[in-house]
Amino acid sequence: MKHILTLGLALLLSLSGNLQASEYKIDTAGAHAFIQFKIKHLGYSWLHGRFDSFEGRFNYDPKNPTAASVKVTIDTASLNSNHAERDKHLRGKDFLNVDKYPKATFVSTAFIPKGDGKAELKGKLTLHGVTREISIDVQEIGAGKDPWGGYRQGFTGTTEFALKDFGIDYDLGPASRTVQLILDIEGIAQTMM
Amino acid sequence: MPLKNTNTRYGWISVALHWSMALAIFAMFGLGLWMRDLGYYDPWYRQGPHIHKSLGIVLLALLLLRLLWRAVNVQPDDAPGMPRWERVAAHLTHYTLYSLLLLMMIAGYLISTADGRAIEVFDWFSVPASLQNLPNQEDIAGEAHEILAWLIILIAGVHSAAALKHHFYNRDNTLKKMLGIADNPPSRRSR
Repeated sequence: MKHILTLGLALLLSLSGNLQASEYKIDTAGAHAFIQFKIKHLGYSWLHGRFDSFEGRFNYDPKNPTAASVKVTIDTASLNSNHAERDKHLRGKDFLNVDKYPKATFVSTAFIPKGDGKAELKGKLTLHGVTREISIDVQEIGAGKDPWGGYRQGFTGTTEFALKDFGIDYDLGPASRTVQLILDIEGIAQTMM
Repeated sequence: MPLKNTNTRYGWISVALHWSMALAIFAMFGLGLWMRDLGYYDPWYRQGPHIHKSLGIVLLALLLLRLLWRAVNVQPDDAPGMPRWERVAAHLTHYTLYSLLLLMMIAGYLISTADGRAIEVFDWFSVPASLQNLPNQEDIAGEAHEILAWLIILIAGVHSAAALKHHFYNRDNTLKKMLGIADNPPSRRSR
């Protein structure tokens, strides 16, 4: 019995190695993905926060990178900046208005490889009920088998936009009109499942 | 004015607790509404909530003291000739106000301590967090705090209208009794 199991597992492992995975589920279950933001406080320091709850998928085939695509849905109420009173304010009407706009989404429209693992990811970000085209600077971090029989692929990305472009015009001061997003994404290949 | 209540009048501790809390509760309602719309660069952006939270803790202490004082004191008789429904309604209003105030203070405390931070009371001392990190605690407690605030102001309005009705329509000593300037006229019940 034990031998059959070992054999089966070995077979599965070799199979997954042979399959060229291209469809990935972002590993939010294991929290190997982070959607963080940073914005200047008064122009004197960076304030960091993140969204604790989101989900997404991406397609990426190293042999055909221009076909890559990604879709992510964020629960805006899961905002966390390590300060309950601030989080309450940021979820409220002055900022994200999460009762009215509980979801933010990003749907890619183009993936343009720039060489050296770098790429430009274009897509539509819907935030605070406003949909706009944004561009994310992407860097591939790595890919390969994980120790538990899966295959993983990871990227990091950054983008910056003005809050006002998404209809958020609470005055935080001249140094705090734009926010940066820092996206760290690890996907688990789905094709072998 | 005596220190303690008697069968015919309130003592000065009850009078002082009633009016200081009434003033503070209305001030807190105004401050709470006003401070939510302050701009980030307003000098009151930090000062307003600090005073609101500090005064809230002081009010909680006063409310507990008041309930304790009420428990160990006699309550003056109601104005003579009050119908039964009016007595029941009046006393029900008082207990409802106490309960809603307590709930509102707890809700306010749960907003500010949702992430484990303590509440600094006028830089005198701090009240530590207890219940914390519940899912969206600050948002749910915030909604409750707001609804309770409006309910309390509404019921306090009914309570004030009733006091004015006793003073100007019934022309009895109900309001004067709470002001500490008169007691109930002699009646069969209080003799």
